Amino acid sequence: MKTIDVADAVAMIPDGASLMIGGFMAVGTPERVIDELVRQGKRNLTVIANDTAMPGKGIGKLVRAGLVAKTIASHIGLNPETQKQMIDGTMEVDLVPQGTLVERIRAGGYGLGGVLTPTGVGTVVEEGKQKLEVDGKTFLVEKAMRADFALVHAFLADYIGNLAYALTARNFNPIMAMAADKVIATAENIVPIGVISPDQVVTPAPIVDYLVAHE
Amino acid sequence: MDAATIIAKRIAQELRNGMLVNLGIGIPTMVANYVPADIRVYFQSENGPIPEHGMEHPMLTDAGGRPVSALPGACTFDSAKSFGLIRGGHVDMTVLGGLQVDAHGRLANWVIPGKMVPGMGGAMDLVTGARKVVIAMQHTAKGKPKIVDKCDLPLTSIRPIDLLVSEMAVIAFPGGRATLLETAPGVSVADVRAATQAELAVPADVHEMRL
Repeated sequence: MKTIDVADAVAMIPDGASLMIGGFMAVGTPERVIDELVRQGKRNLTVIANDTAMPGKGIGKLVRAGLVAKTIASHIGLNPETQKQMIDGTMEVDLVPQGTLVERIRAGGYGLGGVLTPTGVGTVVEEGKQKLEVDGKTFLVEKAMRADFALVHAFLADYIGNLAYALTARNFNPIMAMAADKVIATAENIVPIGVISPDQVVTPAPIVDYLVAHE
Repeated sequence: MDAATIIAKRIAQELRNGMLVNLGIGIPTMVANYVPADIRVYFQSENGPIPEHGMEHPMLTDAGGRPVSALPGACTFDSAKSFGLIRGGHVDMTVLGGLQVDAHGRLANWVIPGKMVPGMGGAMDLVTGARKVVIAMQHTAKGKPKIVDKCDLPLTSIRPIDLLVSEMAVIAFPGGRATLLETAPGVSVADVRAATQAELAVPADVHEMRL
């Protein structure tokens, strides 16, 4: 793990990168990294996230700045700007059931090819997908998903990059931290090693590549 | 009493002590305001918590991202576990909104193609995995029936819902057939039929909603 300035962290992200971004309606989203992506004007991004928050918050800032070429999310209902860009055809949006989205990411991080889920069978979600019958029940084959970068936000990080999360700000963060080539983390509090007890560490230090330093 | 209050109060009567319940956004969220005083219910929000009452924090939010509170005994977890609870059959009941329900109880509630594309969020997983699915919705939309022969909107799941509560009626789907159970005060069976496109079975013992 390396500590890094937010500007240097974002400078590593090329135009066209795929980003898994933690958060649920911007709760648990690394806002400082988002702001820096906007400041540096990274373009043509693919965003994989639960939602696109609301206009001007969290991922909504990337949407408003027109930096997102493709979104893979479960819900965009509270961000009319995402819906407008989807309908206008300026952004491609792939809507995925939330439980399927998180499992595809989990599979990507856990070395699996995908998961079998009953969710979506008999709906438009099954179009183009393989179906399997296992013990008399029908499942969709949902492929694993990975990204170039995971941008996650923790409540606590220690000096070597162990992460712990708070309440509902945990959401997709620890799952995404497992599923990207490079993991960039921000934290509300950076604390000495040992402050987070072993049982409380959710994301282990060895998978965190960069911890963004406080300003 | 407005339509949303009628629906939320009636659905609250479906709650039982010890249930794990997931409430969707909108009218379903209001159900939490009418939990009977003598029971304890666990609410699951789609991003993790099982909150009750007593503390507020910007990192403690509901499925709409708004701050909520939690009593001691609440717990939080990541989204994978949250949906493990949902698909794994651990959620006793879910209450969701609806755009259309067909004569067999199949639900459409996540998209109006070309017009409104909110996405399914957790709805497909919930309808597929929750033990009991209750739909809270207005009986009609701009005078058009929402309980229809066949949904023309994309389905949420092929698993039929269990109960539909509107401001006019309570409808169940035993054996895959829409069946009227209760009417709201001041609403007749004929009123419900007139506002419902799907064929409705009407047993002899239809009674009035107690609110």
